[in-house]
Amino acid sequence: MSISPATTAAPPAAPAGTHPTPAKRPRYWTARKRRDALIFLAFALPNMALIAVFTYRPLIQNMYFSTLDWTLGAATATNVGLGNYIEFFTSADAPTVLGTTAIFTVATVGGAMILGLLVALALNQNLRGSTFARAAVFSPYVLSGVGVGLVWLFIFDPTYGVLSWVLRGLGASSPQWINDPNLALVMVIIVYVWKNLGYCAVVYLAGLQSMPKEVMEAASLDGASGLRRFFSITVPLLSPTTFFLVITSLLSSLQAFDIIRIMTPTGNGTNTLIFDSYLQAFGAYNRAGYSATISVVLFVILLVMTVFQLRFVERKVHYS
Amino acid sequence: MSTLTDRPLSRKNLAVTVATGYIPLIIATLIVFLPLAWMIISSLKNPGEIVTTTLKIFPEHASADNYVKAATKVPFVRFFANSVLVTVVAATIKCVLAVLTAYALVFIAFPFKRVIFILILVALMVPPQAAVLPNYVLIAQLGGLNTYWGIILPGLGTAFGTFLLRQHFLTLPASILEAAEMDGASHWRRLWQVVAPVSLPSIATVALVTIVTEWNDYLWPLIITTKQEFMTLPVGLTLLSNSDSSAQAWGVLMAGSVIVIVPILIVFAALQRYIVAGLTQGSVTG
Repeated sequence: MSISPATTAAPPAAPAGTHPTPAKRPRYWTARKRRDALIFLAFALPNMALIAVFTYRPLIQNMYFSTLDWTLGAATATNVGLGNYIEFFTSADAPTVLGTTAIFTVATVGGAMILGLLVALALNQNLRGSTFARAAVFSPYVLSGVGVGLVWLFIFDPTYGVLSWVLRGLGASSPQWINDPNLALVMVIIVYVWKNLGYCAVVYLAGLQSMPKEVMEAASLDGASGLRRFFSITVPLLSPTTFFLVITSLLSSLQAFDIIRIMTPTGNGTNTLIFDSYLQAFGAYNRAGYSATISVVLFVILLVMTVFQLRFVERKVHYS
Repeated sequence: MSTLTDRPLSRKNLAVTVATGYIPLIIATLIVFLPLAWMIISSLKNPGEIVTTTLKIFPEHASADNYVKAATKVPFVRFFANSVLVTVVAATIKCVLAVLTAYALVFIAFPFKRVIFILILVALMVPPQAAVLPNYVLIAQLGGLNTYWGIILPGLGTAFGTFLLRQHFLTLPASILEAAEMDGASHWRRLWQVVAPVSLPSIATVALVTIVTEWNDYLWPLIITTKQEFMTLPVGLTLLSNSDSSAQAWGVLMAGSVIVIVPILIVFAALQRYIVAGLTQGSVTG
């Protein structure tokens, strides 16, 4: 409003002296840039906002919640600082939950990968029907964990389950899969391996098919036996695939929830980090602050693994 | 194919092929199919054929009684409709958002585009399970408990679809867009008339993977719904399994499992190429 004539006149004068046609081009580009930026936001902002609110905000809020002694649903909470962390790491919870998570993760990842590799070797022979078999073994991976969990719970039923009939046929009696904490964990692991081995098999198959054929043929001509070729050529050449599978399977088994929840609803030897975090908040205790603490611990573990993975991927890109 | 024809057809080779090829393949396929077949067979049995001391593999008179019982014990038809509704709405919105975001990231100039992309990529690695409590508190405050929007909204942001489509859009030849650019077509028209039509297989991949994920989604609907009228199938199945823990209930529970599993099996059987490609993305390229 109170701009003096001197200041408004000055800016156009300066560039006009340096270039013959200066004013038009920059203004055209800024207008276009501004329009492009607006279109960009119109296209991408809804998704970016959703990710910010429902993925990033919870990470930060969990850290705040983890400092509270707070019953879910209660209007008030007391700040306990690091009290929840101290409780988690000094009580029996840390060894139990971290131990269960470690056993569950290593067993499901290892089991699915080893069996997946064996299936991939069979699939790789391109026999008649192997396309069908490939789809068939992959299919459990896309099925509802709740449905799959119930089907297996019936199979494991100590009195009327198929497994109990088989065991009785062999002269043994069925163990109490659900009541025994150790066996409950074994049961859940078996089901996850069943569900995930097809994924590992298909990824391994892609790895096998991208392997140079000449190497195999040369080794074969040298008279190396099948087993020898497998361990000294196939396995080393597959190591990038193996690494990819270790990382993706570790990440997904640290997030495994559905089957554990449906097969052991209140947790009995199956309290992994994610499941225990759920039980603390939404189970009998409604301990929201403590649940958030366990989520933060899980997140830190996932973060370390992700950083590790990103570093490796970067290295791989540089080398290839 | 090649390995078979390369080998001279002798009795020894045939035996080796059967022992190392067919037998493992058949075993692997059976391990996958037997539990699912058992689910279907059991869902057709009457309680007396399940709670028995003499195992019979096939039901004497296959009947749909268990399905009827599942639908009368709990509102199973409603659960099914809810699952269809949530899956269709969520998958549609997610696909549109993924296409729009990926197009913007690849074809529209914007400052800090790379930073935005990295933030989306990192979101891909954040487990949704660890975000459940804060999201529950927020949605509950907004009045979203036992509502459809409360079930759908928090999962709508899509890092997976954006990432997959961005990778695909980057591979499109510049020439196909240049013609549209010369015509002065807007970004909106370029997206839907040029980029989307040539990217249909990738969009189908994202759509199918999203449909499968939404259909199977469990933890979030489980905590956000307490009223039966809003429950999706996996949550309703949990309710069914809680309502009767006796051995009599296995037939009904298997019927419920069939309802949640078989639709996805059918979709998978028809379109497995896209689904497998989408879910194993990144494995070959590293």
